[in-house]
Amino acid sequence: MLLQQIVNGLTLGAVYTLVALSFSLVMGILSILNLAIGELFMLGGFIGFSVIAANLPLPVALLAGMAGGALVAVVIGKVACEPLRDAPPITPLLSTLGFSIILQNIVTNVWGSDPLQLPSELFDDRLTVGSLSIGVMQIAVIGVAILLVGTLAWLIQSTSAGRALRAVAENRDVARLLGVSVGRIMLHAFALSGALAGAAGVLISLHYAAITPYVGVDTGLKAIAVMVIGGTTNVWGALLAGPLIGIAEVLTVAYGGSQMRDFVVYGLMILVLLLRPQGLLGGARSDLGQRV
Amino acid sequence: MSTYHAGLLADIGILTLGALSVYIILATNQLSLGNAGFMGIGSYLSSFLTVELHWPLTAAVVAAALSASVIGIVVGFPALRLKGIYLAIATLGFGEMVRSFLLVFTPMGGSGGYHGMQHVSLGYVWIWTAGILVVILVLEHSHLWLQMRAVHDDETAAGLVGLNTTLIKVGAFGFGAAVAAVAGALFAHHHVYIEPGNFGFERSIDFVLAVILGGSTVGVGALGGAGLLVLLPEWLRFLADWRLAAFGALLVIVLLTRRQGILDRPLLARLSFRGAGP
Repeated sequence: MLLQQIVNGLTLGAVYTLVALSFSLVMGILSILNLAIGELFMLGGFIGFSVIAANLPLPVALLAGMAGGALVAVVIGKVACEPLRDAPPITPLLSTLGFSIILQNIVTNVWGSDPLQLPSELFDDRLTVGSLSIGVMQIAVIGVAILLVGTLAWLIQSTSAGRALRAVAENRDVARLLGVSVGRIMLHAFALSGALAGAAGVLISLHYAAITPYVGVDTGLKAIAVMVIGGTTNVWGALLAGPLIGIAEVLTVAYGGSQMRDFVVYGLMILVLLLRPQGLLGGARSDLGQRV
Repeated sequence: MSTYHAGLLADIGILTLGALSVYIILATNQLSLGNAGFMGIGSYLSSFLTVELHWPLTAAVVAAALSASVIGIVVGFPALRLKGIYLAIATLGFGEMVRSFLLVFTPMGGSGGYHGMQHVSLGYVWIWTAGILVVILVLEHSHLWLQMRAVHDDETAAGLVGLNTTLIKVGAFGFGAAVAAVAGALFAHHHVYIEPGNFGFERSIDFVLAVILGGSTVGVGALGGAGLLVLLPEWLRFLADWRLAAFGALLVIVLLTRRQGILDRPLLARLSFRGAGP
């Protein structure tokens, strides 16, 4: 039973990891909290849903969700964040909130506000190992998440675009002096961030075989907690913190009541903020400068 | 006046108070995304006092405000360790913790909500709103406000000239929390039914939105922003299903064109025919 809960927690945590990385890409590089990411996640879910409903395979749904998320994220970055680059952080926070209102309204009008459901036999295969029963979809969620995090880590560490991203995160002015096009790098960060959120949306909607236009806010806020706990400068931090929070949440629901889970998650987040503000795996000095 | 208009006016009054609670904290360069938590505390505490202990309403509002300000001070101290967006995230966490605590707090109804309060009139709501607004407008002309602005503009320099920045920042949190609690108490006794969902992240964001839209550098900005935030969705009713999208688009446009908010000192000076001031 405990093992079963841990597997469920890992699945949820894999999705949190992806959304948290989506937040931390924009946050770490531009110090902007993009509140529309929750809705990009939701949008990705709806796109993935429509693709699956049209009888196309899962990889196509995933790519479509990622492309949709990336495209909208670039628009948000271009319209709501780039012109506000030198404003206090609260202004882009609210302009991205404006986009999240717009996105939620559009999705509600296009797909309706009632929950959409997939025929459950579609992804209902389960593997049974002893007393443990794992859905095939759960394995797919965790597998895709690990694959995406690995790809992201490789992109950031080993490609020239990734080096440019890190340079801008470290010091925007020096990066510009060294010939990095900060405007273009910003859009790269937004596109990557949107693709991750879109992918997470596709995965969660297929995992639960249901989606509503209102899933974004709750998951978005949890992912912010995961980002803070893992640390914004380190990709692996989110990979550690996502499953940690996922498991903590699932175990709280199983043994403490479902209403307690938010209390536990945000309590953990505040503890980490106060005791280790750079996050569990964050440690760079430049990072400390931004927050303390 | 119809019930519909009275309801809108009461909402404006309560939102103005919520916005002012953010404005006070923001004046010391601290952004709180958790003021709905203080509002929830004030709401539940005042309801408990009037319904269970049969206190008169005004006494209950004052008691709720004082208790919330103590909690605000307790929250304000650890908040000193954080700055900017990380402080905002921590306060967001605080607000969500209060909401989820209220969900499991079964003595006051838990997720089922709480009722039994006596309905208060629109006039009573606005007496509080106007009173607190006047206090803040007077405060804006005081020496204390200059100290708060100094902390806002450059905390290190403010400390170097001998200001007690800790006291100012924590005090702002305490005052803001008290004002949010008053908003909560009025909300509870105007709507006569409360549930934890009333005090979630969206409510905190509404407060911040009202301040930033109305004008984050002047106290009356909160009033203007609250009016706009309540009335705009009504005015956009003709757009039917698309009014929220239009609202979001307008929000983005205002932020892009007037990032200090609609009202600021030069505009107020021009409106009062004193010529463009500094």
